[in-house]
Amino acid sequence: MYLYDEIDRRIVKERAEQFRDQTRRFLAGELSEEEFRPLRLMNGLYIQRHAPMLRIAIPYGHLSSRQLRKLAHIARTYDRGYGHFTTRQNIQFNWPALEQVPDILDELAEVDMHAIQTSGNCVRNTTTDAFAGVAADELIDPRPYCEIIRQWSTLHPEFAFLPRKFKIAVSGSTEDRAATWVHDIGLHVVRDEGGEVGFKVIVGGGLGRTPMVGEVIRPFLPTRHLLTYLDAVLRVYNRFGRRDNKYKARIKILVKAMTAEGFAAKVEDEWQHLKDGPSTLRDEDVAHFASFFVDPPYETLPAFSETLAARLAEDRVFARWVERNTRLHRHPGYRSVVLSLKKTGVPPGDITAEQMEHAADWADRFGFGELRVAHEQNLILPDVREDDLYTVWQLAREQGFATPNIGLLTDIICCPGGDFCSLANAKSIPVAQAIQERFDNLDHLYDLGEIDCNMSGCMNACGHHHIGNIGILGVDKNGEEWYQITLGGSQGNHTAIGKVIGPSFAQAQIPDVFEKIMQVYLEQRQASEPFIDTVRRIGLDPFKERVYAKHH
Amino acid sequence: MRSIIKDGAIVEDNWRLVRPDEAGVLPQVPTDTDVIVPLNAWRSADWRQRTGRTAVWLAPDEDPGLLVSDLDVLPLIAVDFPSFTDGRGYSIGRLLRERYGFSGEMRAVGDVWKDVLHYLWQVGFDAFELKPGKEIALHMQGLQDFSERYHSTWREPEPLFRRRSKTGA
Repeated sequence: MYLYDEIDRRIVKERAEQFRDQTRRFLAGELSEEEFRPLRLMNGLYIQRHAPMLRIAIPYGHLSSRQLRKLAHIARTYDRGYGHFTTRQNIQFNWPALEQVPDILDELAEVDMHAIQTSGNCVRNTTTDAFAGVAADELIDPRPYCEIIRQWSTLHPEFAFLPRKFKIAVSGSTEDRAATWVHDIGLHVVRDEGGEVGFKVIVGGGLGRTPMVGEVIRPFLPTRHLLTYLDAVLRVYNRFGRRDNKYKARIKILVKAMTAEGFAAKVEDEWQHLKDGPSTLRDEDVAHFASFFVDPPYETLPAFSETLAARLAEDRVFARWVERNTRLHRHPGYRSVVLSLKKTGVPPGDITAEQMEHAADWADRFGFGELRVAHEQNLILPDVREDDLYTVWQLAREQGFATPNIGLLTDIICCPGGDFCSLANAKSIPVAQAIQERFDNLDHLYDLGEIDCNMSGCMNACGHHHIGNIGILGVDKNGEEWYQITLGGSQGNHTAIGKVIGPSFAQAQIPDVFEKIMQVYLEQRQASEPFIDTVRRIGLDPFKERVYAKHH
Repeated sequence: MRSIIKDGAIVEDNWRLVRPDEAGVLPQVPTDTDVIVPLNAWRSADWRQRTGRTAVWLAPDEDPGLLVSDLDVLPLIAVDFPSFTDGRGYSIGRLLRERYGFSGEMRAVGDVWKDVLHYLWQVGFDAFELKPGKEIALHMQGLQDFSERYHSTWREPEPLFRRRSKTGA
């Protein structure tokens, strides 16, 4: 993983000092609320229902065991002993005191972490595939480019005050696991016919109030031009994006207004002046960043682990966990383990300080001291020997990390909702729990197979409900909390925005509605057809008819 | 006379920035006063036949490219930040310096104070007229908020990653 040098440390330290000064001036009345608000947001600090919420950056989801232990310490010392992983691979704490935030930032700086640009109208944390570097289907490791983008976007002087927030995602594999089609900029690593590496540049995707799938504005951008091209896109957006209405301020609205071709032409025009400038990446620059992401010292292991095979044969519960919660690894004899943060009864994505410490210990004991945060809000041990899987499973079970539901209906992506977030229209956590309780029979859950269920407590869509195969959106109707259901959304290579099935439901109805949707699926599916394929094949009508049928 | 920050020092300044009133009319200014006028006034030429000097200020939505043929005669270009969260002026700054090669004084005016000075300096502003009520000596320290940065900027075109590989860091 990327290692800070003296300069990276100095920048983070100076940012922490700057924020300490900003907080002091606010508390002393030298900065007005209006002046302080954008400043604190650019440092991840929201004022929430109960207390401030602090969001900490985990660049492209990479964490060391040392950093995770520090987060556990922060959870215990400054919060109530837990944290919440977000869909931008970050972590947030819901209970810190404003006065203590500068101290938290100092603690983070000790382990090369910060909260820079985790909110506000600026470039946010760049995200990527949680399995980058270890995935079996990877073309090119996206992480050196993520780090290049991280440094470029950190405190960029031209783009500190954009019309609205700006999110970039990078994918380096055949299957897009970074939701690149629903980002302000999505980058797909591709090779052209001559074998040169470049990016397909997708712009103008996004969820929120006006969900849109992005459009390709450049099918192939040689990697050396990455930063100058990003400068050009951001400059066009910074200058011409709408600032009069925050609901129309995202780049997707500008791209729609100019058309993708018009926008691409404007960027191209701007880029002609920036192209081949000092930010052009030379081979040695890329090599410098790539040198941080070389393989750890993997052992040479047989492709087939007899220890694992024996355990799989004798323990069906273990076999189920291996099937759902581990992923194939590029290196023979290894797997990536997904520690599920989707246990029934626990808010999705929440993790306790104790769990953090245990996971950090396992990363050291069984791996190479690294962990990943998935945008689906689970924690990953990227490098576990197959021989060790049984031990890891037993330990994970003891800590409530081994719910074998990754990719299944109960692996719900969910924002904190109305329990914590002051933007939310409705609670999301109790709804997620009610669904998890209804579908807690594992045989039934496995029979239903892969289903992405995403839930947001308001149309800001932090829970990515639009791209859930089933999406749930909390809405406000005359001061009451209601829930709208969408079907047919998906992430990945066939990204689609789900469609609303009809009038919204009261909270108590949701498990029954889900049950009916699943009945229709089970009746209609062909052979081993996954849920999303059935929805695409038969359309929404059969589901609507069942869900809204009059009782006789 | 009032003070501004110029090239990192507090200096007395005589330029008078004129803004249109609600009806869009500019105030009368003595002909020997140095004035900074809006772009449309500058382009109308009425404001150039004076004994005092005339400079121009740009609103965030105005195109700095319109000044290309005037850059040699302009002693100063100001850019207005009606709100510090309106970041368009940063792109204007870079364009004026990097693309159009303006080498005169570039002044940030409007909602300008400590926490944006560092960014403004990087994109090429060298003069800052602070928002009224901000203590200039305290706010000037904002120029020193960061001692290093990652990007290619007008002040330092070589981005950090190139400087790093040079020193072998």
